Amino acid sequence: MMGSVELNLRETELCLGLPGGDTVAPVTGNKRGFSETVDLKLNLNNEPANKEGSTTHDVVTFDSKEKSACPKDPAKPPAKAQVVGWPPVRSYRKNVMVSCQKSSGGPEAAAFVKVSMDGAPYLRKIDLRMYKSYDELSNALSNMFSSFTMGKHGGEEGMIDFMNERKLMDLVNSWDYVPSYEDKDGDWMLVGDVPWPMFVDTCKRLRLMKGSDAIGLAPRAMEKCKSRA
Amino acid sequence: MNYFPDEVIEHVFDFVTSHKDRNAISLVCKSWYKIERYSRQKVFIGNCYAINPERLLRRFPCLKSLTLKGKPHFADFNLVPHEWGGFVLPWIEALARSRVGLEELRLKRMVVTDESLELLSRSFVNFKSLVLVSCEGFTTDGLASIAANCRHLRDLDLQENEIDDHRGQWLSCFPDTCTTLVTLNFACLEGETNLVALERLVARSPNLKSLKLNRAVPLDALARLMACAPQIVDLGVGSYENDPDSESYLKLMAVIKKCTSLRSLSGFLEAAPHCLSAFHPICHNLTSLNLSYAAEIHGSHLIKLIQHCKKLQRLWILDSIGDKGLEVVASTCKELQELRVFPSDLLGGGNTAVTEEGLVAISAGCPKLHSILYFCQQMTNAALVTVAKNCPNFIRFRLCILEPNKPDHVTSQPLDEGFGAIVKACKSLRRLSLSGLLTDQVFLYIGMYANQLEMLSIAFAGDTDKGMLYVLNGCKKMKKLEIRDSPFGDTALLADVSKYETMRSLWMSSCEVTLSGCKRLAEKAPWLNVEIINENDNNRMEENGHEGRQKVDKLYLYRTVVGTRMDAPPFVWIL
Repeated sequence: MMGSVELNLRETELCLGLPGGDTVAPVTGNKRGFSETVDLKLNLNNEPANKEGSTTHDVVTFDSKEKSACPKDPAKPPAKAQVVGWPPVRSYRKNVMVSCQKSSGGPEAAAFVKVSMDGAPYLRKIDLRMYKSYDELSNALSNMFSSFTMGKHGGEEGMIDFMNERKLMDLVNSWDYVPSYEDKDGDWMLVGDVPWPMFVDTCKRLRLMKGSDAIGLAPRAMEKCKSRA
Repeated sequence: MNYFPDEVIEHVFDFVTSHKDRNAISLVCKSWYKIERYSRQKVFIGNCYAINPERLLRRFPCLKSLTLKGKPHFADFNLVPHEWGGFVLPWIEALARSRVGLEELRLKRMVVTDESLELLSRSFVNFKSLVLVSCEGFTTDGLASIAANCRHLRDLDLQENEIDDHRGQWLSCFPDTCTTLVTLNFACLEGETNLVALERLVARSPNLKSLKLNRAVPLDALARLMACAPQIVDLGVGSYENDPDSESYLKLMAVIKKCTSLRSLSGFLEAAPHCLSAFHPICHNLTSLNLSYAAEIHGSHLIKLIQHCKKLQRLWILDSIGDKGLEVVASTCKELQELRVFPSDLLGGGNTAVTEEGLVAISAGCPKLHSILYFCQQMTNAALVTVAKNCPNFIRFRLCILEPNKPDHVTSQPLDEGFGAIVKACKSLRRLSLSGLLTDQVFLYIGMYANQLEMLSIAFAGDTDKGMLYVLNGCKKMKKLEIRDSPFGDTALLADVSKYETMRSLWMSSCEVTLSGCKRLAEKAPWLNVEIINENDNNRMEENGHEGRQKVDKLYLYRTVVGTRMDAPPFVWIL
């Protein structure tokens, strides 16, 4: 409370002379001088009648300036990564460069991939590095798309059996959907074929396929699995 | 001139191509307005919400080419929510309904759906040219309809779009009869490319001048493509990885030697730098080089390449080139007009950035330089003063010191005097971006000297409302003002409402503007759309609305002749 009183006083002092008028107005042609703009400001100030309208108003701006002084303090600038949209590099460029750095073996960056689900009206994007295992990913995905899978149980029995066998497929509440991914070679694979870290490195995008569409993928994945065993 | 019949005047008008001049013509008298209206074929709309398609078509019924821009510029940096708007579909629907003979459509920062592209491809028989820059919302399916249905397609230019790649065979959708292509740019596509279809398409396009490939097109395919299209002027290389002893590399070397028309080179999204020498023989022809996506090309390979490029007018590059590399540029590229230096290390940590030394070297060595975008680690006032003295011809000067609020690293002073020197010396400056520690003083200079300034970007700068007032009062030609994280509030916002009538738009995010200030502005200026974008918390402002002291997160205002837009999402309030 004391502090704010002090601030008010200081601000009053600042403004008692000429509100802003002591500043040198820019001297060009027919440009409005600064003092005129201050007048304009005062006219606009429709606050309830005040002995000194300008004072009230200026106090407000001063207060807000104080608040903003923290992030603006040059002594402790916001860390680069914390400021959204800074440095002003197009997000398209950022994405491309980050994926470049990843592929050239730089520090582990986020691994953002798009997730689509057959029949869902939009895609989602997830960072695969946020998850440590297929299980975690599975939970995240089923939460993400739960609104589209509700009440769709009872898909194709064959797929259910197949996926029970391969527990990693247990990604979505509904058995109607089979998670597949596009790997670096551009092949569509069933999720769960390879060790998790390898999956994170090779997955370019995820698609929750209608079970019926995934039948073509299944034998291939099983073969790869068998040949490994 | 009014003694002439209308046809003669119209013929004279045909020679006036700039939008500015045509606008001026239409203001001379009623008869000129009418003639101009019926003869205007190219229209530029800098904000798709400033007018609607119906109004556009009523005014220019003979329109053939339309350029439309959607989201505010700061959308590039993720400051505008994804679902903000900027849909092109209503425009294409209206154009299709009116049966206008559209031939060219250029879109920037708009939401383009597959449905829009499909409709576009079917509605205009003579459609020739589609240019999409930083657009989103569509997939390769939409491109497939363009390929399949636009029989006279000349240009398909996809620049930095976010396209969902269905790996559809969109390239194979070009019919065999399609032989008219001049521009084909799909560098931003992420998925696989049907190389057979691509090679056949290029082989039957004798007029192809510009070809930009994505990273799925490997070096051996490039060799085959260039063998059947040696007339290419503008080449974007996709993936460029191979063994220098391999057969396909040797073949590429032989082919490139014959590409004497090449003037512009870009891409190298993946690259084996030691293979670059294949391009050395044609480098002396190049006027434009964009290696800003070629993160793997640096060091001596990069320097060697640039040393061959003596005629470069435009160079886009990563800061891994270093100050030393920029000195090589300065001593080699005497014709340089435009330079962009992008940061290579966006994750932070690395210290690869260039400094004031590189900028000074460039300004001393390249007297024709008029545009610069320079991301750097540090800057000094002295350097900026020198740059201003060396290069008074700047039209665009965009300097980004990577760390916000960073002062002159030698004197610890704000950079006011440095930027002041720039605006004072560069009389024709149209675009300026500021960074580093700045006080109100810099805005005093800008208001005083930057008479031609049309676009100003401000971040983390200024002390009080005065700063913004100097700019609004001084810069008579200002069109776009964008401000973020600066302490400007209602006083500055409301000082001269009529100013916004002469501007295209004003963006203010994380400033001191309050809801009541915005409301007052909207009352005073009904011809403005005052948009408040409040992403995080929809109800908070409503609850405190009566107080009105609530600070506004993001404010975007623009003049409009068609009132409030109807497609705003719930988190956008239009006052």
